[in-house]
Amino acid sequence: MNQVLRDKKAIAAFVVPGLILYTLLVILPIVWSGYYSFFDGTAGMKNWAFAGLKNYGKLFKDKNFLNSLSVNMRYVLMVTAGQVFFGLLMALIFKFWVKKFGALVRTIVFFPVVLPTVAVAQLFAKIYEIQPHYGLLNSLLAGVGLESWVQPWIGKSSTALGALAAMDIWVAIGFYSVIIYGALLDISNEIIEAAQIDGCNGLQLFLHILAPLLRPILVTCVIFSFTGTVKMFESALALTGGGPGTATRSLSMYMYDTAFTYMKTGYGSTIALVIFLICVVGSRIIRFFDWDYRK
Amino acid sequence: MSSKNTRKLAEALKTVLIVVIVLVFLYPLFWMVTASFKQPTEFVSKPAYALNSGFYFQNYVDAWTRGHMSVYFVNSLINTLLSLVLIVIFSVTISFALTKMQWKLKGFMAAYFGFGIMVPVATTLIPLAQIFQKTGLYNTRTGLVLVYTASAISFSVYLITGYLRALPDEIIEAGIVDGCSIYRLMIDIVLPLMKNAIITVLVIQFFFKWNDLIYSMTFASKSSLKTMQTGLLYFENEFGSKNWGAIFASVSISVMPMLFMYLALNKAVIEGMTAGAVKG
Repeated sequence: MNQVLRDKKAIAAFVVPGLILYTLLVILPIVWSGYYSFFDGTAGMKNWAFAGLKNYGKLFKDKNFLNSLSVNMRYVLMVTAGQVFFGLLMALIFKFWVKKFGALVRTIVFFPVVLPTVAVAQLFAKIYEIQPHYGLLNSLLAGVGLESWVQPWIGKSSTALGALAAMDIWVAIGFYSVIIYGALLDISNEIIEAAQIDGCNGLQLFLHILAPLLRPILVTCVIFSFTGTVKMFESALALTGGGPGTATRSLSMYMYDTAFTYMKTGYGSTIALVIFLICVVGSRIIRFFDWDYRK
Repeated sequence: MSSKNTRKLAEALKTVLIVVIVLVFLYPLFWMVTASFKQPTEFVSKPAYALNSGFYFQNYVDAWTRGHMSVYFVNSLINTLLSLVLIVIFSVTISFALTKMQWKLKGFMAAYFGFGIMVPVATTLIPLAQIFQKTGLYNTRTGLVLVYTASAISFSVYLITGYLRALPDEIIEAGIVDGCSIYRLMIDIVLPLMKNAIITVLVIQFFFKWNDLIYSMTFASKSSLKTMQTGLLYFENEFGSKNWGAIFASVSISVMPMLFMYLALNKAVIEGMTAGAVKG
């Protein structure tokens, strides 16, 4: 019997094709990015030269990089906090307040999750629009007499990042609420009822009973949201194109411009590697808050 | 006020809140569909929240023909379906070898395939561009499908090995005792049992591939190869920012496949999309 499961030919047939593809197009590029980050100039051109750690030193003095880092981190904080907080809130509403049509309400809230990012961004661009005519948001504001609130939401630096974050939170609330709702269902009703008989109010019930039990899933949600938002690219590109100016230009977008518009392959790779490191180190740190997982 | 009335009021407020929530998620999409049927003059003469006065299908015709959505739609569909086939084949076979078969490098390979889950697309983009340029895969469908497949392997293997571990070894052993070859075993016993896992992978990867922008805008910039998302991104440049009707129509077209899949396979889609996080 083991003969069959030790069949070397079969193992090779099962693993090798995928392994080659994965190695060439996923692993090799990472190693390659690391190698490129020690070079200056455009790969394959005359100005391509070994530069040691110069690119890494340059990061700390590069205003554009520091700006993108700051934009990206503010976006991560806003969106991760928003997605997980509203996801949790929505899950609690599903569990305790939605009595009728529960499945229907969850289906509707989850709906935006399945929509393509670019389509959502095009839709929101029109919602936030002010020129040539008011978009949905501005026309609603004007319609209810809040004319003074009408503004170019994605056209000025002070509101663009917030408008982008609001869109990305809206899109993902359904995702996180369904996950957290699933975890809430796993908590036995007896525990909740016992707490209510003991006179717990809603807040106490949440802080002392639900929150500790939900912690592992919340940590997982934060990691999911964090790794998704560090990569910030598609939604920002499609909604604001990084603008106005550089107000919503993320690390990935800066890397993209550096490597593909300005053809600085080496420096672009350095930024690409920084994104990877933030992703790995960040999720390690967040995982630390899941005590059970560490054991 | 008596406590009974207070409770009634609270219930009413909860209902109002839930209605508001439903509106927040549904209304933008409803608005999108109504706007896609508006005539150009309606956008100017009426406020944006007004309903469409009729069904102006010309927007869809414009998007589909002059906006090249027909080409982009077909490209997205072909790329997505081709890579889904490859993803399922590779991830099922790899996962089976990693869980049920006996070989020396098994543990190392499991970690090696797992590593890719953490990798951001941006980090692989520059070398990929170099690889594609050197091998002639730049601006080809083959290149795009290959990178779609490769980038999906880690996550799919992770999901399927999760299911396979829960599959009792006895079933496989029974198959072997009955004289199944390893390939028969895969096709006749493992595949049918993995139906749910495969559906999960298909749902998630359909979404990822249909949704892809960064790979396709980088590696398939030729207009005959552009996908739905790349086309949408540059739609305004080619079509003018004034033509709202056509923009809404093309956004609606790009949403359609996901919408139908979601309505038809509602439960499978929700379970599939959240499977990664729940298992994580």
